[in-house]
Amino acid sequence: MSQFVRFTIDGTECMATRGQFLVDAAKENGIYVPTLCNYPGVKPKGSCRICTVRVNGKLMTACTTPVAEGMNIESEVKDIVELRKSIIELLFVEGNHFCPACEKSGNCELQALAYRFRMMVPRYPYQFPLKKVDASHPKIIKEQNRCILCKRCIRAIRDENGKSIFAYRRRSAKVEVVVDPKLGKQLTEELAQKAMDVCPVGSIIVKEKGFVTPIGERKYDRTPIGNDVENMQITTN
Amino acid sequence: MKTGVRKILEKYGKDKTRLMDILIDVQSEYGFIPREITIQIAEELGMSEVDVDQTISFYHFFSQKPTGKYQIFLNNSAVANMMGRAEVAEAFTKELGIRFNEVTPDGLVGLFETSCIGMNDQEPAAIINNHIFTRLTPFRAKEIVRDIKEGKNMEDMVVADYGDGENRSDLIKSVVSNNIRKIGPILERNYKVGQAIEKITKMAPEQVIEEIKKSNMRGRGGAGFPTGLKWEFCRNATGERKYILCNADEGEPGTFKDRVILTERPRLLFEGMVVAGYAVGATEGILYIRHEYKYLQQYLESILQKARETNYLGKNIQGKKGFNFEIRIQFGAGAYVCGEESALIESAEGKRGEPRDRPPFPVEKGYLDMPTVVNNVETLCSVVKVVLNGGEWYKSFGTTESTGTKLLSISGDCRFPGVYEVVWGFSIDDILDMVGAGKEDVQAVQVGGPSGAIIAPNEFNRILGYEDLATGGSLIIIGKNRDILTNIVLNFMEFFIEESCGSCSTCRIVPTLLRNKLTKILNARGVKQDIEDMIEWGKILKASRCGLGQTAANPVLSSIKNFRYLYEEKIQKNKIFDNGFDLSAAVKESCRVTGRVPNI
Repeated sequence: MSQFVRFTIDGTECMATRGQFLVDAAKENGIYVPTLCNYPGVKPKGSCRICTVRVNGKLMTACTTPVAEGMNIESEVKDIVELRKSIIELLFVEGNHFCPACEKSGNCELQALAYRFRMMVPRYPYQFPLKKVDASHPKIIKEQNRCILCKRCIRAIRDENGKSIFAYRRRSAKVEVVVDPKLGKQLTEELAQKAMDVCPVGSIIVKEKGFVTPIGERKYDRTPIGNDVENMQITTN
Repeated sequence: MKTGVRKILEKYGKDKTRLMDILIDVQSEYGFIPREITIQIAEELGMSEVDVDQTISFYHFFSQKPTGKYQIFLNNSAVANMMGRAEVAEAFTKELGIRFNEVTPDGLVGLFETSCIGMNDQEPAAIINNHIFTRLTPFRAKEIVRDIKEGKNMEDMVVADYGDGENRSDLIKSVVSNNIRKIGPILERNYKVGQAIEKITKMAPEQVIEEIKKSNMRGRGGAGFPTGLKWEFCRNATGERKYILCNADEGEPGTFKDRVILTERPRLLFEGMVVAGYAVGATEGILYIRHEYKYLQQYLESILQKARETNYLGKNIQGKKGFNFEIRIQFGAGAYVCGEESALIESAEGKRGEPRDRPPFPVEKGYLDMPTVVNNVETLCSVVKVVLNGGEWYKSFGTTESTGTKLLSISGDCRFPGVYEVVWGFSIDDILDMVGAGKEDVQAVQVGGPSGAIIAPNEFNRILGYEDLATGGSLIIIGKNRDILTNIVLNFMEFFIEESCGSCSTCRIVPTLLRNKLTKILNARGVKQDIEDMIEWGKILKASRCGLGQTAANPVLSSIKNFRYLYEEKIQKNKIFDNGFDLSAAVKESCRVTGRVPNI
């Protein structure tokens, strides 16, 4: 069996290593499939559903589906683009996201995706849920208003014995990501920073440090999100 | 407390994949799972507290606060409501002086709601300390509360005669009725244990799979995957060990046929698991049963013990060298989503019941990452008959696409609710005739539970089968006097909201939005655009990972499709926009609370 497989994305012939996940395979072929819960080097979970594509007629998440020979993938088609935009809007109405007051503004992937998808205002009614802020840990603040429940921190951050520091709690719309009471207290500065960097939004914030990079000069202030536009500069007059 | 918990941990070999059993034992021993026990379990199993907590907080029957010496879980399914649940609920709250989700101040009784408990043919029903109480009336509710206050034993609180068949047996002693109304080749009475096992010892495993493939049997859980093919995939997969998991988590509101099989034909089911094990090359089977059926535990354990004693389980079964198979029972703890096969596997491993991403499929990487077959109870019973009578025989029942028979769980507005074994290809019209529901009295039939479809009389000529109406077997008959939107659709949406695992953004958020839209329409604040929005928003759910999420909009979508006039009757004709907010009502409410006089 050849190590390489051929497939098409929106009609474009692509080639990738067998078994590679679709998002990565697309990226290697210069095609951007938007992602949010996916994170390089961390086992994919397919929980945000933004990377949904249609593979041979079936909806699948590109972050969890390995490429196979002859796959016919639809990505930038009307209904799927619309679906992705819908999901971004849903995440906005599910929580309480006030970008101007958020330390992560400009580095926030949800915000960057909203810009990229030209979201003006969500079409869904805001839920205005009552959420808590857990500031009981010495190094981090867990801001539940902004959590999009993507599980990145759960999957990426573990203590030296491999124990979970972050975990889901409850289910349904009541689900939340919580910090282990004991391990949260022992969190090192390094791991706290990593947790903040892993978080796509402003739900994990390192304490006593803020606005090191001024708003306006941050990652997505300069370049839009997406590997297809990474050389593009945002210019302001 | 510490040594008690340690004993429980040791009983399960301090194995964190047995966390469900550990937590079930702790819950039943202490009435709830206190934080210090959570911490102790975490420490002794080498986990963090949040890891144990995420499992506990996922399941409905685990509690982190005291829930009372007597825990009343009153079913809130649509059919329970049709049968007078509201009056029973009112009697309980009034007699106990508490609301739902509360515990009496003396810590004696806790009152809770729960999703369908598989008793739709004898509603309203409740579970009290793992005992089932059916056909409740306000009078019975008062009696039960009185008995509880008098400190009666659970056994003494049962005043009705025990149900039929094995429900009367010493190890069950339950008032539950089987209500078997039609017997076919699967439920037939002449079944004799072990014939299929004896037969397969003279067959090669591949031959067994061939026979199942020849029968064209498809999984009976609802998804309808060809059983023979599933077995073949698993047989061909490489793994140190292989597993057979029986899915007895039937949580689809309106289905209860597995309850009846587990009560009346458990030996047939276990034999099916052994046959599957032999065919696939698995040595261990797990029967995953929903917690609601805990009252069957002792009975089922005793049957397994008998099977071990007669060498239908264990080592070198029936003298066949190397034919080893063991079965253990795994209880769930209240989560509909665990009926999804990969969520069931996660749960059996002691985790939250969140469906997995596929690929890999369970046949390649399932329980403990080993190749695993997950089959429905009815499927495993059917394979025994195929082995005994042959694939061709099985094909002689049903239609080309859908061979064999199907057990239907029929409830709602009909004279004879219960379990019916029919051949595939039966029409809805025939079913209504069969169960004693006059056609002029029926407004709709819900086929396949909330995740299925609601059918109007103009479609009653449709047939059950994969070529038309595929179903796991739940049929709810809805009479003329029912309010479909309130009694059925709203109830089903609440069900999906409650039962979502919360992992996919789509399934976590959209059902609530749909429910809110529906409530707006029911409150006479809806406009035409709201109906269109529901149709559009419902489509988003198709991008969810599992069947629960993908079908969670079905109550709304299928009722709009087939009963659109019900929505249109309720919306405002002269308005194109309404934000759903009633300012004067809100002001009135705030004035009432603050003691002011409204000026609008």
